[in-house]
Amino acid sequence: MTVNGWIQIAIFFALIVACAKPLGTLIANVMEGRRNFLSPVFGPVEKLIYRLCGVRTDAKGQPEEQHWTRYAGALLAFSVTSAVLLYAIQRLQVWLPFNPQGFSQNNVSPDLAFNTAVSFTTNTNWQSYVPETTISYFVQMAGLTVHNFLSAAAGLAIAIALVRGFARHSLQTIGNFWADLTRATLYVLLPISILAALVLCSQGVIQNLHPYTAVTTLEGAKQTIAQGPVASQEAIKMLGTNGGGFFNANSAHPFENPTPFTNMFQMFLIFLIPGALTYTFGKMVRDTRQGWALFAAMSVLWFAGVVTCYHFEQRGTPMLEKAGIEMTATATQSGGNMEGKETRFGIADSALFATVTTDASCGAVNSWHDSFTPLGGLVPLFNIQLGEVVFGGVGAGLYGMLMFAILAVFIAGLMVGRTPEYLGKKIEQKEVKMAMLAMLVLAASILFFAAGSSVMEFAKNSYWNAPGPAAANINNPGAHGLSEILYAFTSATGNNGSAFAGINANTPWYNLTLGFAMLVGRFLMLLPLLAIAGSLAAKKQVPVSAGTFPTHGPLFVSLLVGVVVIVGALTYFPAISLGPLVEHLML
Amino acid sequence: MSTQVQEPEVMTPPQGDYDPASAVSAGRGKRSRPLFDPPIVRRALVDSLVKLNPATLAKNPVMFVVEIGAALTTGLLVKTLVTGGGGLGFEFQIAAWLWFTVYFANFAEAMAEGRGKAQADSLRKGKTDAQARKIGPSGAVEQVSAASLRKGDVCLCEPNDVIPGDGEVIEGIASVDESVITGESAPVIRESGGDRSAVTGGTKVLSDAIKVRITSNPGETFLDRMIALVEGAQRQKTPNEIALNIMIAGLTLIFLFAVMTLAPFAQYSVAQAKAGVVPSIIVLVSLLVCLIPTTIGGLLSAIGIAGMDRVMQHNVLAMSGKAVEAAGDVNTLLLDKTGTITLGNRQAVEFLPVDGVTESDLADAAQLSSLADETPEGRSIVVLAKEKYGLRGRDIGAGEAEFIEFTAQTRMSGIDFQGRRIRKGATGSVKQHVIDLGGRFPERAAELADAISRQGGTPLAVSDGARVLGVIHLKDIVKGGMKERFAQMRVMGIRTVMITGDNPLTAAAIAAEAGVDDFLAQATPADKLELIRKEQAGGRLVAMTGDGTNDAPALAQADVGVAMNTGTMAAKEAGNMVDLDSNPTKLIEVVAIGKQLLITRGALTTFSIANDVAKYFAIIPAMFAVTYPSLNRLNIMQLHTPESAILAAVIFNALIIIGLVPLALRGVKYRPLSAGALLRRNLLIYGLGGVIVPFPGIWIIDRLLGLLHLA
Repeated sequence: MTVNGWIQIAIFFALIVACAKPLGTLIANVMEGRRNFLSPVFGPVEKLIYRLCGVRTDAKGQPEEQHWTRYAGALLAFSVTSAVLLYAIQRLQVWLPFNPQGFSQNNVSPDLAFNTAVSFTTNTNWQSYVPETTISYFVQMAGLTVHNFLSAAAGLAIAIALVRGFARHSLQTIGNFWADLTRATLYVLLPISILAALVLCSQGVIQNLHPYTAVTTLEGAKQTIAQGPVASQEAIKMLGTNGGGFFNANSAHPFENPTPFTNMFQMFLIFLIPGALTYTFGKMVRDTRQGWALFAAMSVLWFAGVVTCYHFEQRGTPMLEKAGIEMTATATQSGGNMEGKETRFGIADSALFATVTTDASCGAVNSWHDSFTPLGGLVPLFNIQLGEVVFGGVGAGLYGMLMFAILAVFIAGLMVGRTPEYLGKKIEQKEVKMAMLAMLVLAASILFFAAGSSVMEFAKNSYWNAPGPAAANINNPGAHGLSEILYAFTSATGNNGSAFAGINANTPWYNLTLGFAMLVGRFLMLLPLLAIAGSLAAKKQVPVSAGTFPTHGPLFVSLLVGVVVIVGALTYFPAISLGPLVEHLML
Repeated sequence: MSTQVQEPEVMTPPQGDYDPASAVSAGRGKRSRPLFDPPIVRRALVDSLVKLNPATLAKNPVMFVVEIGAALTTGLLVKTLVTGGGGLGFEFQIAAWLWFTVYFANFAEAMAEGRGKAQADSLRKGKTDAQARKIGPSGAVEQVSAASLRKGDVCLCEPNDVIPGDGEVIEGIASVDESVITGESAPVIRESGGDRSAVTGGTKVLSDAIKVRITSNPGETFLDRMIALVEGAQRQKTPNEIALNIMIAGLTLIFLFAVMTLAPFAQYSVAQAKAGVVPSIIVLVSLLVCLIPTTIGGLLSAIGIAGMDRVMQHNVLAMSGKAVEAAGDVNTLLLDKTGTITLGNRQAVEFLPVDGVTESDLADAAQLSSLADETPEGRSIVVLAKEKYGLRGRDIGAGEAEFIEFTAQTRMSGIDFQGRRIRKGATGSVKQHVIDLGGRFPERAAELADAISRQGGTPLAVSDGARVLGVIHLKDIVKGGMKERFAQMRVMGIRTVMITGDNPLTAAAIAAEAGVDDFLAQATPADKLELIRKEQAGGRLVAMTGDGTNDAPALAQADVGVAMNTGTMAAKEAGNMVDLDSNPTKLIEVVAIGKQLLITRGALTTFSIANDVAKYFAIIPAMFAVTYPSLNRLNIMQLHTPESAILAAVIFNALIIIGLVPLALRGVKYRPLSAGALLRRNLLIYGLGGVIVPFPGIWIIDRLLGLLHLA
């Protein structure tokens, strides 16, 4: 581990801390419909959208409030419709414009189209397809990029709805989904994405609609270089914690992520909104210390992840050492485990990227997680299994962490001798039931799908899984193979989308099971949380007293961190012990 | 009541039949019995077997899962017995310990219930098949069985009669032995009208005779309800208990998923490593039972029952577990000043003469006027005069003097003696009195009276004829230790509000002296109700005590309403607890018990979950000892064989339940600390402790198993 590495990690964190308050304040103002410095520009657009879409507003221009069930209904209707549309344009791409390579529907099988449609609607952006040989520019722009915006905006909307549950009292409503979606897109995601895309372009990220370039290399070999409108998609890919790469190589591709600067910038974009949302939360519940407490808990978990991952990657493995590879960093060599990593990023930035992208539900990768050392690779896996609550996806991180806060307060809060309260709201039967339900479905989806795929038998060349048994799709036998299967379903359920690779997931069996895992991970988590939001909003607010368990100090932060880690560890320890853990012990 | 001129009748303090100083200690311990009372233990041992019935156990999801596991293991054991094969000893031990796990949990519950049942048995003794003397519509008295009495019937109760049912005294006055209900042997007075008219079925008239109108049908009496409550027959799960049950059921499911999917993962691993076997069902069941929160699952209902029992030991009857739980949540405590914060009566502390009268002259006159005054205030004047000025109480024959009784019209009392016409009373009344006689009320006296009022005292003016002699300072005496208790309450985050009929000046002074956070002066029942509503609208939970009929609406509105047993039936019906000792201070203890109940649940939940860490380290390496020998590096306890490791974890898991039964029954010790300090302390003990304790525990069991050649 090098000083340079640590400095970069420190700079990254400082940037996130610095932006939390200004952006968090803006988001709070925007989502509550208060005037802000962008109102003169976007205010009329917002009004126009409401008029066009038939969103009823009151005299002050505030949209009509919705009960949580209506809010959830709107979200579901919106998601289903947009998923169907995305499915359709993939299958119809041959008749649609901007298809210089002439990709047809044969490139996108129904199961793959389903998987991709679900994947982008749920903010997972798992890619079973190879983009540059499968889909047209039109699908990339009108389908995938649009979903990058909307799925992130939907996540942000739900987080705000849940926060309103805490901030309000004795009310039946939690906001208006359509307005939240519009505001999040218009005032937050669009302006930052435009700026970010320009920054990326300036660094060499391409933005064109040209056909692919055929070149002859120095050795005389023919090579096709893929082109496309990359920068515009890249910005929201990171900012919206989507992670679906324009190219198969994702952020390791030089056209997506050309320099160490863009690499830092991309990681910054991933954590930018999730970090700021903790401040938004504090501001909306009128106690910014509460927001900073969540920020602190997330930071602790983030830092632990980075240190672990960086440590094990830099230490390398006995095998690499035996092969005569230098394991310590020198002025000219990065040392350590460089397999699957880009030399322009090196160990520190790859370890940091892997941690950040899985802390958040981003899933963009700049190195191959599959080639990490067992414990270095365990960090991304475990990050997702924790529920991606370490800053997390746009909105998803905050609502996931709030779910854990509810559980932490319920378990330990009893020990102060009062019905547990969080932010003045009593945590009772309904909240516990819904939070447990969300946890249960996540665990069930990861464990059962992964277990099924590790033993499921198929005939060779069968429709469902041509390679034969489901376990035959993995490239690495042994304990590492189990890690690959486990990672795939963890990533899908957690709506992360990064892959351990090393597994051929483009078969009907995997496309469908992974697609279902994504649906479960998104919607069966959202619905209980919206129910909690509705229940909390209706409750009275208990005033703070000396008997109230303070949820802003170091004690709460450590409790929250403890609950997140222990719940995750207890749930997945058996599976992990047969995957990454035993791999490590067998080194 | 010559002197209590400012006290509106609503605020009548709990009367006579209890001694505030000793009631707390007297109430305590009266019903307590040792934690492991042999007859209760014997009964619990049998009841625990009955509770193995799956139909009953199904209500407890965690233990139900253990029972299914135990049954499954037993079935497999039988199969091994029939088909032959190795590992019989191991299978037998696992099956046995799984059954023990369920049995131990049942035992905890049976123990908690047993204590209530024992209580109920002793109460039932009061329910002898009494005869009643029913007074018919014509006035004729007939002997009927108590069980035939219905609401509205009137009966006559004479000395040594057991009162046949709950009712109201409509005529007469009697001393009644209520020890069957309260455990207190000193008789109490019951009389018609007012707030002491309620009588309870099963209690016994000692002297005099009363006519009682029955207010409840057989089977619905206070005693019946009390028996049902302590027996737990009507026990319903409390809201928090339900929420906790949902959480541990959810955790159980998560662990079920983890263990169920471990089989396919193991199958994959075994195929890849080409070594070892997939863990047997018995081993998987063992892992599952160790992981699911059996500690809290097994003890949860015992904690709830024991909490109710603890309230009972304080001689408070909680109508529901919900009320006890709510007590722990209380934010605001409404306390009547008189009898709760101050001693029931004011006492004379000073004689302040005016216009050249000497202090001893004033004392002499005051004493004379109070000789026939049997109120505590009157007595305190006599006593003060004696102590301060050596004036002994004189025996004055009825012929020599005429005592003037206090009346509501004159609001004065006094004596006409040797030509003197001494009067004492509220300053306003005495002023009117002297002016009527042509005298004047000196300004100095008015000033003194004001000063006394400002200090929270009650001034009494004393006159002789048309001349005002001076003012007596009557003072409320704040009970010892109250200030400290209120300070503790403040630390716990509970706001105390004193309710009094006094004027705001007086109230403020006493409030300051007692250290309460707020006060409500010149309170009417409507004010009290309004205050409760206001607090509740702000999201606060309110507790109060009350005894009079006009307290009933407030008692019903409050989240925790403790009615005094001496109070009226209406008050008792309205509240959700009845204090059999009629000691309003006990509300504070009830709050502590409520908190203790929640803390115990939280502590054992945390402990239970924290325990899992060690169990993983014991079982996982053991499961895959052959498939992945490298996993043995996780065997940090160095358990000597895989069988012994699994067995040790299962045994530890079972024994910890029985080990924690005393804690569940007694409750985690509660200290009045701030929430943060309390949490830090409990997290350290039950969280960190829960992680650490199983390591040595399992290690010791593993060694013992080795020594005994059991595994």
